[in-house]
Amino acid sequence: MISVLGAGVAGLCAATALSEAGLAVEVITPPGAPPPVSRLAGGMLAPFCEGESAPETVVTRGRAAVDWWAGHVPGVVRRGTLVLAAPRDGAELDRFARATTGHRPADPGALEPDLAGRFTRSLFYAEEAHLDPVVALASLIEGLNGRGVAFRSGPPRGRIVDCRGMSATLQGLRAVRGEMLEVSAPGAALSRTVRLLHPRFPCYIVPRGQDRYMIGATMVESADPGPITARAVMELLSAAWNVHPGFADAQILATGTGLRPAFPDNIPAIHQSGGHIHINGMYRHGFLMAPALAMDLARLLTKEPAHAD
Amino acid sequence: MFYGIDLPGRLMLGTAQYPSPAILRDAIAASGAGVITVSLRREGQGGGAFRQILRDSGCRILPNTAGCHTAREAITTAHMARELFGTDWIKLEVIGHADTLQPDPFALVEAARVLCAEGFRVFPYTTEDLIVGERLLEAGCRVLMPWGAPIGSGQGLRHVEALRTMRAHFPEVPLVIDAGIGAPSQAMAAMEMGFDAVLLNTAVARALDPVEMARAFGQAVSAGRLAYRAGLMPRRDMAVASTPVFGQAVLA
Repeated sequence: MISVLGAGVAGLCAATALSEAGLAVEVITPPGAPPPVSRLAGGMLAPFCEGESAPETVVTRGRAAVDWWAGHVPGVVRRGTLVLAAPRDGAELDRFARATTGHRPADPGALEPDLAGRFTRSLFYAEEAHLDPVVALASLIEGLNGRGVAFRSGPPRGRIVDCRGMSATLQGLRAVRGEMLEVSAPGAALSRTVRLLHPRFPCYIVPRGQDRYMIGATMVESADPGPITARAVMELLSAAWNVHPGFADAQILATGTGLRPAFPDNIPAIHQSGGHIHINGMYRHGFLMAPALAMDLARLLTKEPAHAD
Repeated sequence: MFYGIDLPGRLMLGTAQYPSPAILRDAIAASGAGVITVSLRREGQGGGAFRQILRDSGCRILPNTAGCHTAREAITTAHMARELFGTDWIKLEVIGHADTLQPDPFALVEAARVLCAEGFRVFPYTTEDLIVGERLLEAGCRVLMPWGAPIGSGQGLRHVEALRTMRAHFPEVPLVIDAGIGAPSQAMAAMEMGFDAVLLNTAVARALDPVEMARAFGQAVSAGRLAYRAGLMPRRDMAVASTPVFGQAVLA
């Protein structure tokens, strides 16, 4: 028996992969445990764009995530990512192009008609995709239930795989605060993830269907879990408004603040310490990297029983 | 000497915008920086883990008031910085304009006066204006940090003649070129002009390879300083042969 602690993206992917590998799994979720921060994620499956600041391993391993998610949950939208900059920030677009792969120059208006005349240059990352994290996490839970995997509280009965993010006690783990908004914007019609580059106020806009959009996200080196700040709201909304004036009249449905767990190199990883296995440090790559780490874990544990138990 | 401290290196490196703390740590080491700066305005009290990473670098820390728009905000941030880092060094930055990030010299002098009186060792981010410089010294500052160009612009030494004048006007005051540096050659030019140090962030943090860029800046700053101390040859309008030419008639 393997006991997965935590039911965020890391825990649910791990439990799914272990169960699919034929191992007995349970998921431990104590009552009163904080809701997973991954529900607040953008849900972008954007390995190439992330490569702007993430190392090569995130790009190469993250590429497998699109197919993994499409094979497990509904609503994976494969329409690529459009990266834009205001005309005066053209240098940002050039830098982003140099720092990433998997893109081609594109006429923004040809891909997103609403942007015609507002932006003349963009980079298009055709292979990228996005999903709705809340829907995706719920589908994984449903899938695990269907396989008979128990979700329960109480002491773990098996080998521990700790996927509790910031709730885990792990050397070197720190919090990177992120703030986001969800809006309803019938005045904006965007069909794919749009990233606006800006030297100070970058943002991304992820369509969630039915006029809903997720606008994110700040990156602050802080463990403060408090509500979204006025500064963050102003920066994110003015960036979104710059992308599309239709966001000016958007209704704000929700705001969110979460603490991304991160290791010093900001790379999600499996760590083994004191007999426990940890999957942690998902940083801003939870949906991108959790499937790859879950499959690593399954390989690790299917080989192991002969020696360990 | 900055407030009586002889720094091990003349590059001052900002710590924002790096891809990861691990890369930041390697960049600090590769640069040979004598000082690292850190902002507190947005991170506030909650940034303990990141601050610990900075302390672990072993580099002297110069907290800053980046992002403050009034003297009062800057003073409050300086107090918080002193508490969190246990240092009375503060890089004082009071932004006058959100778009150009140009310093507000009036609020700067006001905040400098208060902080110097409270015992802070103030490093004021200022323009190349001589009178503002004098007022800052009068307020108690013993270092001045004129901008090279607007923050993050990478334009280098935008008013090079004005900076030369400033260097000549304050021969005994440590002067640090702060902000706007985009290339190692620009940092080196500042050091060749006799500036005492260079402070930069974006050019390293947002390079495609921050660690290698940090190394390049470290070498440029060292080379510029060496050249300044060695005495640069003066510019001449005419060619001057480096070896005498014998046996040729000089035709007048």
